[in-house]
Amino acid sequence: MSIFEYNGSAVVAMVGKNCFAIASDRRLGVNLQTIATDFQRIYKIHDKLYIGLSGLATDAQTLYQRLVFRHKLYQLREERDMKPETFASLVSALLYEKRFGPYFCQPVIAGLDDDDVPFICTMDCLGAKELAKDFVVSGTASESLYGVCESMYKPNMESEELFETISQALLSSVDRDCLSGWGGHVLLVTPTEVVERTLKGRMD
Amino acid sequence: MECVFGLVGDGFALVAADSSAVNSILVHKSNEDKIMILDSHKLLGASGEAGDRVQFTEYIQKNVHLYEFRNGIPLSTAAAANFTRGELAQALRKSPYSVNILLAGYDKDIGPSLYYIDYIATLHKVDKGAFGYGSFFSLSMMDRHYHSGMSLKEAVDLVDKCIVEIRTRLVVSPPNFVIKIVDKDGAKEYAWRETIKDAEEPTA
Repeated sequence: MSIFEYNGSAVVAMVGKNCFAIASDRRLGVNLQTIATDFQRIYKIHDKLYIGLSGLATDAQTLYQRLVFRHKLYQLREERDMKPETFASLVSALLYEKRFGPYFCQPVIAGLDDDDVPFICTMDCLGAKELAKDFVVSGTASESLYGVCESMYKPNMESEELFETISQALLSSVDRDCLSGWGGHVLLVTPTEVVERTLKGRMD
Repeated sequence: MECVFGLVGDGFALVAADSSAVNSILVHKSNEDKIMILDSHKLLGASGEAGDRVQFTEYIQKNVHLYEFRNGIPLSTAAAANFTRGELAQALRKSPYSVNILLAGYDKDIGPSLYYIDYIATLHKVDKGAFGYGSFFSLSMMDRHYHSGMSLKEAVDLVDKCIVEIRTRLVVSPPNFVIKIVDKDGAKEYAWRETIKDAEEPTA
């Protein structure tokens, strides 16, 4: 089994009309054994910027701590929050620093920039950025997620429809992956509010 | 075949561990205490390579005491867990410790808590956790019988059920177990569950 499949994970982000949604599964496993069903994979950087970290859980936690540290320093120096594009470049740089001994994580970054235009991107464990206008996926269920998102996604969805779409996409993909699932965690971010919801899916 | 498991009850947290010290096919002793009392209100149950286990847990214990001496107040359970994870994470890509840890503690404002810390420094707060081959049996027993807010008697009954299951179903099951609890009155040894007693040491 590959090191990326040690803990099991599924993360997806989608762009809607002036909003975005980011979702993840809730399973924390050790190979085939499930340890917890309430593991948090999506972390808040600031009110309009979230990062979902799939892959090895220990590296996700270490990487998150380093990113929060860098962002807090940035906030102190610049007296403002980081733009999503800037943050994506920061994550990419941090990952490439460890080119010959990488963090085994694939981040999914989603944010609203200063004009409330949604931004999403993903990258591999070495920091190769992939910008997208519609959706990005990562984790052990990524192949299923690509297929489901491609068929279910429509551009310019309102927030409630976006929530429905991303929830169904996540739940049906993780049902085809034994290493991810046990429910879902969806964050819907609009310029005015952030709605956090927990999904009940197949608990197996 | 080391077994460590623990759970959180009503106003207390409990950790049980086997007590055999083994080297290949030889059993050195059957009354090895693998649950360290970290400070007045914390327990550290550890399983893994013998040298790493003792060295790493003593290192954590001394650092927890140092913090209390320097600052005049004890570390919270969450802080101690994050410190432990940090030490494991730093050592991970240099010379990793092969120690799995269940850290149980009681804080006045939060109550009892249990932290699962993998040998690769995955940290997660849990209600019930287990390591080792015994975890396949004890986690399933706890999934069936555990509910939040268990009384001490119910929790010890559940621990006994898990120990019976491990003794029946694990091929080289450890003969003896130790149970320690931590509640508002502090961390203390609760009971031993022995089937083999070591020979009495000769007195002068």
